[in-house]
Amino acid sequence: MSRLAKLLFAGVLGGSLAATPIVEVSAQQVAAKSSAKLGLGRLALPEEVSAWDTDVRPDGKGLPVGKGTVKQGDVIFQEKCASCHGEFGQGVGRYPVIAGGIGTLKADRPDKTVGSFWPDASTFFDYVKRAMPFGNAQSLTNDEVYALTAYVLSMNDIVKDENFELNEKNFTSIKMPNAAAFYPDDRETAEKHFWKKDPCMKDCRAATTKVIGRAVSVDVTPDSKAGPKVD
Amino acid sequence: MSDKPSAAILNRRRFLGAAGLAGTGAALSAVSAFAGEGGKPDPLITEVQDWNRYLGDGVQSRPYGSPSKFEKDVVRRDVAWLTASPESSVNFTPLHRLDGIITPSGLCFERHHGGVAEINPADHRLMINGLVEKPLVFTMEDIKRMPRVNKIFFLECAANSGMEWRGAQLNGCQFTHGMVHNVMYTGVPLKVLLDEAGLKPNAKWLMLEGADAAGMNRSLPIEKALNDVLIAFAMNGEALRPEQGYPLRAVIPGWEGNLWVKWLRRIEAGDQPWQTREETSKYTDLMADGRSRKLTFAMDAKSVVTNPSPQAPLKYKGRNVLTGIAWSGRGTIKRVDVTLDGGRNWQSARIDGPVLDKSLTRFYVDFDWNGQEMMIQSRAIDSTGYVQPAKDELRKVRGVNSIYHNNGIQTWLVRAGGETENVEIG
Ligand code: HEC
Repeated sequence: MSRLAKLLFAGVLGGSLAATPIVEVSAQQVAAKSSAKLGLGRLALPEEVSAWDTDVRPDGKGLPVGKGTVKQGDVIFQEKCASCHGEFGQGVGRYPVIAGGIGTLKADRPDKTVGSFWPDASTFFDYVKRAMPFGNAQSLTNDEVYALTAYVLSMNDIVKDENFELNEKNFTSIKMPNAAAFYPDDRETAEKHFWKKDPCMKDCRAATTKVIGRAVSVDVTPDSKAGPKVD
Repeated sequence: MSDKPSAAILNRRRFLGAAGLAGTGAALSAVSAFAGEGGKPDPLITEVQDWNRYLGDGVQSRPYGSPSKFEKDVVRRDVAWLTASPESSVNFTPLHRLDGIITPSGLCFERHHGGVAEINPADHRLMINGLVEKPLVFTMEDIKRMPRVNKIFFLECAANSGMEWRGAQLNGCQFTHGMVHNVMYTGVPLKVLLDEAGLKPNAKWLMLEGADAAGMNRSLPIEKALNDVLIAFAMNGEALRPEQGYPLRAVIPGWEGNLWVKWLRRIEAGDQPWQTREETSKYTDLMADGRSRKLTFAMDAKSVVTNPSPQAPLKYKGRNVLTGIAWSGRGTIKRVDVTLDGGRNWQSARIDGPVLDKSLTRFYVDFDWNGQEMMIQSRAIDSTGYVQPAKDELRKVRGVNSIYHNNGIQTWLVRAGGETENVEIG
């Protein structure tokens, strides 16, 4: 029996278990102890890295060699995307709208689309390459993704010419209309007043407090009488 | 009227439980109107019951145990109109049926973007590449040979309560607050894995990527990654459930759930964020002026009363237990205040059970109810001094279109009959 095990064992026998504090070791402490290499894992081969590393950044890092035009993108979109996202990106049913909505971000019901909201064109490339079409991910070639990107930019009036060809060289020249409207989390300054010294405990508001809105009048809660399906 | 619940009350409770909510509002009283009433003995006591006479199931009838059949309404539920397809959707934890601080694995809410990936752990690989000295591939066997830790953390979806920005929408804390769960994770500090690969000095951000059909990817600042992030393979002592990322997921304590990439297959080190779809199109917070906050990672302090609530109305006058949960992505819960009169007067709730960093914390108010209408709210205060704001205070800063990070104070209206609804007051 190790020294530690003996100690623990003695602790139990001695009835001191109840007094044993919860051992809280931080993730850092555990990591620090093991900072000498463990020798686990193996070198990733270049073919393996390139098979998985398809991500694309706003500065163009990760863009594969390839090209596609608006016109080509239109054909691919109608075939592989329009059934859910609509012929013009307007969305079918509850599937995401991906075009239009420019100028609606301050409206009562904003339309957040690739054109009206997304800050970077690279996001479309990265996302469509990894996740679309829904249910058949990673089935598109790089040229197809370039063409689809060109087409979605054209649907959103970001490129005007239907013969426009997008490729790895001109990609970063695309500027998205809403790019400048994002700013880093500022809650700790903009919401500093939520750190309050002594929140009120007595007579904090008028006795006239009354109900001004009810979920029942909206009536969108799933019907509890129907009961959930358990399978 | 005694102030301790009598056996008769408990008995009636069981009866009402079986009859659903049928009894609610009809004849609320402090004591049972059923068993033992008028000197008539309770047959559940005087007659021998089946379970008291005949043998029950043998030991192996439920080799991986499941709840009692009488608990079959305690399930995760979805709201069909919210999303386009069940594979890209969400369901909600039945908070009103739980107690303590740990969420049972099978009731942890689900949020998927491409369905549940079913991965044989023998086929799972974790790759670390990018700005590292040595790009590496690990098997699950490798990961289970590394030093591991056990930690309890809440996970809250940034869109929890997101339907409530414009006013009271859904009747039930399961739907308004059920995108939170709290489990004990077993996993390896991410730093251990990064040390194996050797981060280059210009590695400032990581991209975490899932092996699911959405290829979920998010950027994570390196300071957080080296501080308290875990790569977990177990929850509540058992392997991760498939819907929670089996066999491997990221645990990003206190930060929005979307970052906790499930079915984790790759970590890339880089010198700037990737601006993925999930950190631009989604999980950015649109303000009233049309601009958007990004990288809003930490979950603000929040609480909700789970009982009474619309799915769990009051049934008795006299003695009752009010309970709820509180949590903060910035530290521990220091105090929870509860009001029964719509925020005029507050009392500090009794906290019971462990009070842990970035974990759900359980609170109670044991009270007598004489049938008066109540407007119940709870307000969490965390170890940084942050006080959970009223919904209007939040709207003043953020407008109503930000979808995410709604931690405003919830109001439940309890009517004289005990029925409870989601309301807003002013
Ligand atoms: C079977 C239906 C379907 C098809 C076909 C489909 N999509 Fe999608 N698409 C979805 C769903 C569902 C989502 C949302 C997924 C999620 O929840 O993360 C989505 C999301 C997107 C988004 C992100 C929208 C946003 O606002 O964040 C883009 C862009 C997109 N799809 C492009 C495409 C393209 C391009 C194609 C064709 C190659 C395509 N989709 C084919 C269903 C579909």
